Amino acid sequence: MTTAADGLRGDVPAGHGLPDGLVAVVKRDCPTCTLVADVVTRLSRDQHCVVLTQDDPSFPEGVASPVDDTALDRSYLLGIETVPTLLRLEHGTETSRVEGWERDRWRSFTGLDDLGDGLPEYRPGCGSLSVDPTRSDDLRVRFEGDRLASRRIDIAVLEDEMEAAFDRGWTDGLPVVPPTPVRVLRMLDGTDRSPDEVVAVIPPDLVACTVEKVAVNAVMAGCRPEYLPVVLAAVEAACTDEFNMHGLLATTWFSGPMVVVNGPITRRIGMNSGINAMGQGNRANATIGRALQLVVRNVGGGRPGGVDRSTLGNPGKYTFCFPEAPVRDLPAGPDWPAQATEMGIGPDEDSVTLFAADGVRGFVDQLSREPESLARGLAAVLQAMPHPKLALAFDAAVVLSPEHLRVFREGGWTKQDLRDRITGLTTFRPGELTRGAGGMAEGMPDGFDTVELPKFRDGGLLVFHAGGGAGLFSAVIGGWASGAMGSQPVTRRIGT
Amino acid sequence: MTPERPAPARTVLDPTGELSPDAHERTPRPTTLDGLTVGLLDITKARGDVFLDQLDRRLQERGLSTRRYSKPTFTKPAPLDLRQEISEQCHVVIEALAD
Repeated sequence: MTTAADGLRGDVPAGHGLPDGLVAVVKRDCPTCTLVADVVTRLSRDQHCVVLTQDDPSFPEGVASPVDDTALDRSYLLGIETVPTLLRLEHGTETSRVEGWERDRWRSFTGLDDLGDGLPEYRPGCGSLSVDPTRSDDLRVRFEGDRLASRRIDIAVLEDEMEAAFDRGWTDGLPVVPPTPVRVLRMLDGTDRSPDEVVAVIPPDLVACTVEKVAVNAVMAGCRPEYLPVVLAAVEAACTDEFNMHGLLATTWFSGPMVVVNGPITRRIGMNSGINAMGQGNRANATIGRALQLVVRNVGGGRPGGVDRSTLGNPGKYTFCFPEAPVRDLPAGPDWPAQATEMGIGPDEDSVTLFAADGVRGFVDQLSREPESLARGLAAVLQAMPHPKLALAFDAAVVLSPEHLRVFREGGWTKQDLRDRITGLTTFRPGELTRGAGGMAEGMPDGFDTVELPKFRDGGLLVFHAGGGAGLFSAVIGGWASGAMGSQPVTRRIGT
Repeated sequence: MTPERPAPARTVLDPTGELSPDAHERTPRPTTLDGLTVGLLDITKARGDVFLDQLDRRLQERGLSTRRYSKPTFTKPAPLDLRQEISEQCHVVIEALAD
C-alpha cells in the first residue's frame, strides 16, 4: 500500500509524458464511460487518441493499448475531474477539453460528424478517481510534497501520533492536530504566499520563520486554511521591534499577545465578536491566537520555564484572539471609529492589532445612564491598574460591551470624548504617587511626583468594542511595560 | 474496482525551527580577579543600581577596576554594540537581575 510518506520519496514523473493530439480519460466503473467505449475505441483507431484508463487497464476492450493510469499520475497532472474527459494537447499543453458525453461537442471536437450515432445526446460523466477523497490526498503529497521543506518525522507504528506530539514538546499542554504533509499543503491553500517566504524572525531563538512553518503550527493549533492570512499577520506584528515579543515572553509579568481582528474577514471566516467573544467555543477565535503561541513556542523556542519566566502566567497565553464588533444601531459616522481605524487602517480593510495583555478583568456598572457617570466608574478601575500608585508604566485596553457603548453614544459622546475624559479623571496630582504616600511603599521614583502625571501615555489606552447584546459589563485588560521601553500595540494589515 | 483506503498518515512535519545549536565552550573562568577589569551591567530593573553600587564599592575596596554599563531597557536583549563594548573593555562581567 502506498502511503503519504512513501509518496513523498517516490519517483515523480516530470510531466504527463503524453504525445500531442487527443487524449481520452475513462474508467470502467462509470456508466457513461462504458456507454462511449466504442466511441473511444474509434478515436483510438482513427485519430491516434491516447486512452488513459483509471481503474482497469483492459478497458475499453477495443482499444489496442490503453495507457494504464491506475496510479492516477497522469490524471492528476492533467487535472482530470470527470470521466470521460476528452482533451487535446498541442506542444505538450492542453488547449481544450470536453467533460462527460455531449454528442455534438465530441463531434465538433473531433471533426467526425457521425461520431456516436445511436447514442443519447447527453450523459453526465462520473468523478475522476484522481479527485476521489480516498486517493486525492496521497496524489497531492506525491506531486506537491516537494514544496515542503520541513524535516519529515516518522511516527513509529506503535507510537500514538497525539502522544508523539506531547513527547516531543510541541504542544501547549492541549492536544494538537498532527501536521501531516497533506494537512500542511491544504493549509497553504489559504495564502498566496510562497511556502519558503520568510514571515518574521521569531524570538527568543531568532529563527527565520517561513510561511510553511507558520502553516505547520496553524495545522497543529486547529486552524482552517482561510485563517492562515490572519495568523501570518499576527506573527508579523508580534515579531516587530515595537511589539517586542522577546521581552513579552521573557517577562515575569502575566502578559501574552492579545490579537484583535478587524475587517470583513472576521465575518468571512466566522469569527465571533458577540456573545462570549473572548471566551471559548469559536474555532477561528480559539485557533488563531493559539497558532501564534505555538509559533513562538516551536519555531522561536520560547517555553515556560525556559525563556518564558512568567511568575503566574494567564489563561490567555493558550490563546487570546477575538474580532472587534462593528458599531451598529446608532447613526454611523466617524464619532466612534474602530481601534484599528485609529491605528491607520481603513474601515473596510482587514487587520490585526496586537496588545500585550495580562488578562481580562470585569467592570460592572448597571446603574449609569449618563456618559459622565459611566466614565467615572471606568476611570476609577483603570486608575488602579496594575497598581493605584503607578503612572505611565503600563498601557490598558477597554473592551466596551454594546450596552455600555450605547450609554456613551446616546449621551452624544464620541470615542475621543471618552478617552479625553478618562485622561482627565485618571491624572494624578503632584505628591499622590510618592513612594510611601497613602501607606503604600509602591509609587513613582523621586522627581516624578512633582508634576501632574497622566495614568496612560499618549496612545496607551485602547478602546475596543465587542460582546453580546445583554449585559452592562465591559472588560478592562492591563498591558505590560509600555511604549518604546516595553511593548507598543501594533496593527498590521492582513494579506492574502 | 474499489480503491483501497490509504493507511493513516504516519509522517508529520517538524514544527520547530530545526536548529542544531552550535556547542560553545564557556570562556574559562579566572581563578582570581586580581588585575582584571570587572564590568557591572545594570539591566535597568528597579533597584539594580543599588545592588551594583554595593558590588562596585566592595570590588574597588579590593583594588579592582570596574566599569559600569546599563541596557537601554530591561525588556529587550542588550544591543550588539553594548555587548561588544563590554567584551572589549572588561575581562569579566556581572549582570544585575534585580527586581
